[in-house]
This record gives sequence, C-alpha cells and structure tokens, in this order.
Amino acid sequence: MGRALHWLIPHPLLTLILTIVWMLLQNEISAGMIVFGFILGVIIPWGTSVWWPDTPKSFRVGKMASFSLVVIWDIIVANIEVAWIVLTVPSSKLKPAWIVVPLQLRQPEAITMLAGTITLTPGTVSADLASNGRSLLVHVLHTDDPDAVRDDIITRYEARLLEIFA
Amino acid sequence: MTAQIIGTYFVCLSLIIGSGFVLVGAIGLLKFNDPMTRLHAPTKVGTVGIGMLLIASIIHSFDIGQPSTHELLIMAFLFVTAPISANFIGKVNIHCKACDTPPPPADGDTWSTLDVPDQESER
Repeated sequence: MGRALHWLIPHPLLTLILTIVWMLLQNEISAGMIVFGFILGVIIPWGTSVWWPDTPKSFRVGKMASFSLVVIWDIIVANIEVAWIVLTVPSSKLKPAWIVVPLQLRQPEAITMLAGTITLTPGTVSADLASNGRSLLVHVLHTDDPDAVRDDIITRYEARLLEIFA
Repeated sequence: MTAQIIGTYFVCLSLIIGSGFVLVGAIGLLKFNDPMTRLHAPTKVGTVGIGMLLIASIIHSFDIGQPSTHELLIMAFLFVTAPISANFIGKVNIHCKACDTPPPPADGDTWSTLDVPDQESER
C-alpha cells in the first residue's frame, strides 16, 4: 500500500499545491473541481519527474510556515526602508557594496530559496553564485557595515533554511 | 456604516499605498545612476506595490459579492519570478563589466558568471 501510494504520488506536497492552485484558478470549491485538481496533481509531477531526479530528502512544513512569516514581515519592513532610501538619500551619498556570503547549504533547492529571499528583502539583491556553489554574491543598496549585513543573512535566513532542509 | 462602505475604504487605502510604492519604484529607477543600484528599486518596491494593488482587487471582488482568488496566484507567481529576473539582470551587469567587479569568493574560486573559457583556447 505504502509503495503503491509512493508510486502514484512521488511528491505529495507538490500534488497538494497543484490541487490548491487549480481550485484558486477555477474560483470555486466543488467536489468535481477537487477531484480534477487532484488528477492534475498526480499527472503533472509524474510527467515532469524526469527533469528533477534529486528531490530534497526532507522538508519540514512547520518550520517553512514560520520562515514564510518572518520573510513576509521582512519584505514589508524592507520596502519601507528602501522607499525611504530612494526618496531621501541622494545618489552621490549612496554606499552600495558587494558582499560575499559563504554558504553552508548544499541542496540547489535550498540555495535557490535563500537567493530568492535575499532578493526580496532589505536592500539586497543576490547576483551570482560561485562556480563550486559555496558562496553567494550579494549586492547591497546602502550600508555602512557590509559585515553586519552578511551576518544578518546567515543568522536570519540561512540558519532557518538549514533547519527546513535538515 | 455597512460592511460594504468599510470595504470601499480599505480598497481606497490599499490602492493609495500600492500606487505610492510603485511610484517610488519608478523614481528609484530614474534617480540612481548605477545599473546595480537601479536594480533595487523595482525588484522590491515593485512587488509590494503590485501586491497592495492586488489586495485592493481581492477586497473589491468580495465587496461586490463576486469573490475572486486569482490575485493570490498572481502574487505567488510574482514573488517567485521577480528574484529570478533580478538575478539575470545582475549577472548580465557583471558579465558586461557594467558595474564594479565584485570581490572573489572566499575559497579562491571564481563567480560562475566570470568563469568563462579563454577566448584563445576556444579558437
């Protein structure tokens, strides 16, 4: 039974997400739509599994939820900060900086999430990854202390992602 | 006050905040003069600006009695794709030397964008 279920639904989370997306697209909740969404949720991961051979071994949904809340809060704060910088700091006084973030994360999915989070939060854009995948290049819009920004990224986001994908 | 009027107020508030953020994003794009700093304004301010406009749309749809949730999908896909386009623009800037050359990574490696085969050896 367990193996049959695993064969039918190799990515349970993805199936769930696809079902929810289908229902949001249809704008209605009815038994027929749930069943059709579930059928799509089974067919699509099965049909595309060739392109993602290595799925993360573990993924903690609870930790992911708290991480999402932290990120959403940071996005709101970051937007106000960046808007303030745009309106008040003249271009000539801006102190942009490159910072190099050494990575402890190894899974590509985790690094992608970290890079995306960095781009969406306080005045930072992730620009590049080292060839061996062990450092992330981040551009900061305006900072007096690049090292503090780097430590902030490591303790605030990377530590949490390490727990999610542990 | 009925719920509908309160809803209308929230729609107005969201629209004002959203368009304010979008305006700031546009100002930032015009004001900064370096390609990399320019990238910051639209990627972040833009997402929250458009997010607030979409929230206004959701509240309005509930207000007029035709609930719509498509906006949540737009928001989700926007938040997933915005960093990727920013990342690509950043990579192009580094590759074309349009900005200061970044410091090398910690362990003597090179950035993947600058890790190109020699022109000579290719010939």
